Amino acid sequence: MATLADPQRPSACPACDAVPLAERVAGKALTETRLMLALPGIHCAACISGVERVLEAQPGVEAARVNLTLRRASVQASPEVDAETLCAALTKAGFEAHELDPGVLAATDVDERGRALLMRLAVAVFAMMNVMLLSVAVWSGADGVTRDMMHWISAAIAIPAVLFCGQPFYGSAFAALRGGRLNMDVPITLAIVLAVGTSLYETMLSGEHAYFDAAIALCAFLLAGRYLDHRTRANARSAAQELAALEVPRALRITGQGTETIAAADLRPGDLVRVLPGGRIPVDGVLTEGHTELDRSIMTGETLPAAAAPGDAVHAGEANLTGPITVEVHAAGSNTELARIGDLVAVAEAGRSNYTSLADAAAKLYAPGVHIVAVLASVGWFIYTQDLRIALNIAAAVLIITCPCALGLAVPAVTTAASARLFRKGMLIKNGTALERLAEVDTVVFDKTGTLTDGAPEPMGLGTMSRTEAEVALGLAEASAHPLARALVSGLKAMGTMPARLDGVEEIAGFGVKATWNGRLVRLGRAGWLGAEPVAETATYLSIGDAPARAIRFTEVLRVGAEDLVHTLKARGMRVVLLSGDVTAAVDTFAARVGIDESVADARPGEKAALVERLAQQGRRVLMVGDGMNDTAALAAAHVSISPATALEAARAASDMVLTGRSLAAIAEAMETATAARRRIKENFTIASVYNLLAVPLAVAGLCSPLIAALAMSSSSLTVSLNALRLR
Amino acid sequence: MDVLGILIPASLLMGGVGLLAFWWMLRRGQFDDPEGDAHRILRDDYDDHPK
Repeated sequence: MATLADPQRPSACPACDAVPLAERVAGKALTETRLMLALPGIHCAACISGVERVLEAQPGVEAARVNLTLRRASVQASPEVDAETLCAALTKAGFEAHELDPGVLAATDVDERGRALLMRLAVAVFAMMNVMLLSVAVWSGADGVTRDMMHWISAAIAIPAVLFCGQPFYGSAFAALRGGRLNMDVPITLAIVLAVGTSLYETMLSGEHAYFDAAIALCAFLLAGRYLDHRTRANARSAAQELAALEVPRALRITGQGTETIAAADLRPGDLVRVLPGGRIPVDGVLTEGHTELDRSIMTGETLPAAAAPGDAVHAGEANLTGPITVEVHAAGSNTELARIGDLVAVAEAGRSNYTSLADAAAKLYAPGVHIVAVLASVGWFIYTQDLRIALNIAAAVLIITCPCALGLAVPAVTTAASARLFRKGMLIKNGTALERLAEVDTVVFDKTGTLTDGAPEPMGLGTMSRTEAEVALGLAEASAHPLARALVSGLKAMGTMPARLDGVEEIAGFGVKATWNGRLVRLGRAGWLGAEPVAETATYLSIGDAPARAIRFTEVLRVGAEDLVHTLKARGMRVVLLSGDVTAAVDTFAARVGIDESVADARPGEKAALVERLAQQGRRVLMVGDGMNDTAALAAAHVSISPATALEAARAASDMVLTGRSLAAIAEAMETATAARRRIKENFTIASVYNLLAVPLAVAGLCSPLIAALAMSSSSLTVSLNALRLR
Repeated sequence: MDVLGILIPASLLMGGVGLLAFWWMLRRGQFDDPEGDAHRILRDDYDDHPK
């Protein structure tokens, strides 16, 4: 029973506990489900209680708990509750919410490795503080029996602590040695083993110097670095998984009895699927029933919706805009065009130059250097004194002094601080070395549709319409869910227009809306349907009675911060390129509008990747910002890549960072933070090396007492951490 | 110096208590949502039903 009591609700009243407990036992029998929701917008205490109140008010929901750190809510509910209802309720209450796949997230939810590391760190810090206290007595001049007693107590604390805490290092060092390699953990393990071994020997002989404090301090500082590193990686991994879990592709399959909702991956060629307006087509196939317009922007970058009629081929990833349609499946899952672009991504990723992180570069220089210095010092002393005890002591001192405490903290401390700062600004980092690579960027390539633009169009020249025209247009547009119609509605409503009273409003899927107004036929829709002369820009057409049709032009809405971002980048001397799959005229106009001088239009997915690779061959470090299926190969080929949260799952998977907010301004800030982070990492390496350069000669000369070792280690680690914290 | 016989075990014991407390907090998931907990404590809603 005790395990079933809610640990979060301690109470003094047994009866109060018993009621929910009984319910809980009953609920367990019915196998309640656990749902996970992503809440990207929450940020305060009011949000927490607001979200929990909304969720708990839903029928069937037993308990809901918000995790503000991870921006998630976990909901205990009876099996019939589905995440969509909960998301809809939250959205209505003003909280953005998405469904997450708890299966995908299960691995990060219980972070066993992180907890184990933290526990080792806690034990190491506890032992370090106690041993340091005891050592103070020795440093301040204890001798004889007192010193021996201090050493023995230190040994009793430090040896089990080191055995327990150092396991991550021993395992990795052993694996490296067995593979015939050297890594950072080999000198660490050697230093710990040698320090503890020689100190124990010295203590037995009532010697003067024991390095128990240094050995355990080494463990503690290195574990701190490891833990920070693990957290950054775990966060990055869970960010990636969260994005993968966001996309839960489902399809409506038509069966004899009606329709059923199944996973898109379970569809077979020959199945018929229904795609409702506003839905995304889950498969490649042929349209068999219904007329509609398709938004292909995510596949090709075209802004204009394309009309589709029975017999037309449709592709996975396209969005259905106006009418319900039935599609016969030709290819599903990994055989779709969408998935084939995924293969293109794999090729591009293989071609990406092997980036060596700063930490790896430092380790490569460092690991052999330490061993050589230690061996040379001990061999030198052995030849000089013919005393193995002194030689071993010297080797231990050199290893302890050179051990990469500060080096181990230098990178993780900076990346932790930088990712925390970027997370607050609305940027998720999916790749550990992405920040370092971002700092090197000198060329920025933007996609147009959905990246620099918001996707939603904006009507132009509404002021030139007569009042009647505006009222009729509003009445007609309100009947449609087409993006142009919706944009028209919001544009006209903003001007204070009231809709005209219309009769017999009917939407002809794929063409437009028609109705009768004062006995006259009024229509809003495609040029061909109305018999109007089409204009060059994106437009919809309005005809009232027999009067000639009038075009209502649309322009694309810039994403928030797009213009500022381009100006900032250019001011920093970066080369900015616009790379789009849209037609030349639209791309050129748009480039002029945001102030980009260099633009490439009509680019196919392969050409986009090729252009990015060509820039790389010219020695350029390219940052690619894109959202569409057609961008994924280019995203993977670029030195570093960013995609907005609205991007297709494949595009987000291919990029190194994801923008969680709507604004593009975070990109400029991310680049600043990245440059600062790189500078801090280099500073940290310099600080660590300076400490080593000062202390190593002392150690080699045999002048390094345990006090000096402890001081050098602690102060270098502290300076490095504080320097990293300046980033926050 | 006899006082050391008391002081050293005492300091070890106190440190050990801290270590045990930390282990307990870790097990109970008190570090799972530090940001949320910091905000929760300021809300009145949870006064009667802390969660």
